[in-house]
Amino acid sequence: MLKFENVYKRYAETGDVLKNVNFHLKQGEIAFLTGHSGAGKSTVLKLIAVMERATRGDIVLDGQKLSAIKERHVPYIRRKMGFIYQDYKLLQDRTVFDNVALPLVIAGYGHQEVSRRVRAALDKVGLLGKEKKLPLGLSGGEQQRVGIARAVVNKPPMIIADEPTGNLDPELSAEIMALFEQFQNVGVTILIASHDISLIQKMNHRVLQLDHGQLVVG
Amino acid sequence: MKQIDSYPHKPKTVKPDVRQTQSAGGNFTDRLKAYRDQHAQSFFSSLGRLFSTPFTSTMTIGVLALAIALASGFYLVVVNLQQLTTGLEASNQISLFLRDEISEAHANKYADNIRKKPNIQHVKVITKKQAMAEFKDFSGFGDAIEVLEKNPLPIVIEVLPKDALVDKEALTQLFEDFKQSAEVDFAQMDMAWVERLQSIVSTARLSAILLAILLGLAVFFIAGNTIRLEIHNRRQEIIIAKLVGATNGFIQRPFLYTGFWIGFLSGVAGWFIATSMLLILRQSVENLSGLYKGAFHLMFFSYSETFFLLTLSTTLAVVGSWIVLHFQIKQLQPE
Repeated sequence: MLKFENVYKRYAETGDVLKNVNFHLKQGEIAFLTGHSGAGKSTVLKLIAVMERATRGDIVLDGQKLSAIKERHVPYIRRKMGFIYQDYKLLQDRTVFDNVALPLVIAGYGHQEVSRRVRAALDKVGLLGKEKKLPLGLSGGEQQRVGIARAVVNKPPMIIADEPTGNLDPELSAEIMALFEQFQNVGVTILIASHDISLIQKMNHRVLQLDHGQLVVG
Repeated sequence: MKQIDSYPHKPKTVKPDVRQTQSAGGNFTDRLKAYRDQHAQSFFSSLGRLFSTPFTSTMTIGVLALAIALASGFYLVVVNLQQLTTGLEASNQISLFLRDEISEAHANKYADNIRKKPNIQHVKVITKKQAMAEFKDFSGFGDAIEVLEKNPLPIVIEVLPKDALVDKEALTQLFEDFKQSAEVDFAQMDMAWVERLQSIVSTARLSAILLAILLGLAVFFIAGNTIRLEIHNRRQEIIIAKLVGATNGFIQRPFLYTGFWIGFLSGVAGWFIATSMLLILRQSVENLSGLYKGAFHLMFFSYSETFFLLTLSTTLAVVGSWIVLHFQIKQLQPE
């Protein structure tokens, strides 16, 4: 599903941030991406989201080389991925429903289909009935679940989470992780960037560890 | 949390065109309908957005409307001035006012003599009676003139030199000859004042065009700047939309509709301002016109001019918005 082949990323100011990174996530796999800050975690995520391009090497997502994607086709690649953020990145002046519906509206789904899928996604994350609330009226854990519903509503083959439990207490974190495992069970590939060691150790999943731009465990 | 029971994801085969991999469900008509709905939604929600910030919107549209009213108002003034000079072709007609003692027969003979000259195209004699009738009709002093015992108007001979006689010197020579002749009390060349009036009008027209261009540019820039601020205010929203796979076209759409509404509403408001100004002026213009027996009527915007005004203001605002969007949306990249 996601393959890194000899990926290098160099910035003019800081030099090589990623050096010869290789890994292959199979469909339905969950992996933690970890490492000290500055090790290159966020660069890996940026490369996958095509916010940045690799200096060398290939990244293949769902059979497509990201380096060959034209700028105007980037939005279509992003629709194959659901992104989840530490700070949720919700639209504060829109209702929960509108926030979750955004990817579907963008992809051009009809009104009824949008409505049906948004309800299904909110049901999965346990927020059915809160469609009309604004994000600020929700707790941190609930906001994160809105973010997750938005990430999965379009049924992407891959979910990418950047410190999804960073702002949550251990109990809520465990709940979110359980949710991820449910998505894994239906074939979604999930990559979670995190430095929550205790959480990573508790869960028995693959770990990709970066150290100064190199993959040391993977 | 509920158990997920259906998440139908099958391994996908490689498809060459990225765009086909995650397009919306449903058949073509469904998607077309969704597309149309999106446009309709943007169309009305951008209007709603303008109304949701009435103060800002009023300020913006007010400024634009004043610019449009100024340009179109000046245009109307010029159109009305032009109306005054239509029919006043740049003629080189010469009017000869004969001495009072000259009889009608004498005048006709004199006219015949003029006709014989080679460079004369047309000669017309206006008798005292005809002059009086004309004067009564057009001067507005008809009633006063009735009181006079004796017709004070002279016989006038209108001389139109041949078209070939465009040479200024030859024309002046002819004019001087007439002046010297014994029958003529006073000669007047119409060309001079017609030329003067026409050059005033054409200067005014050129000023109107220049002013319209400047104010049109103002509309363009103000609309663009308004959209730039709007993009700035909705920065977060744009970035999030990009992250979940929105194309630049999708992101631009509501902003373009905002530009459309700004331009259209400003055009309508500008039209109302210019028309109101003219309505205020109308009474005094009608009074003035009344003095000349209604020879002049104030002209307002015609249907086609109104249509053109609205189309132009809308187009300028949309193009201004589009250019700003084109550069700014590209720059806004998710972090």
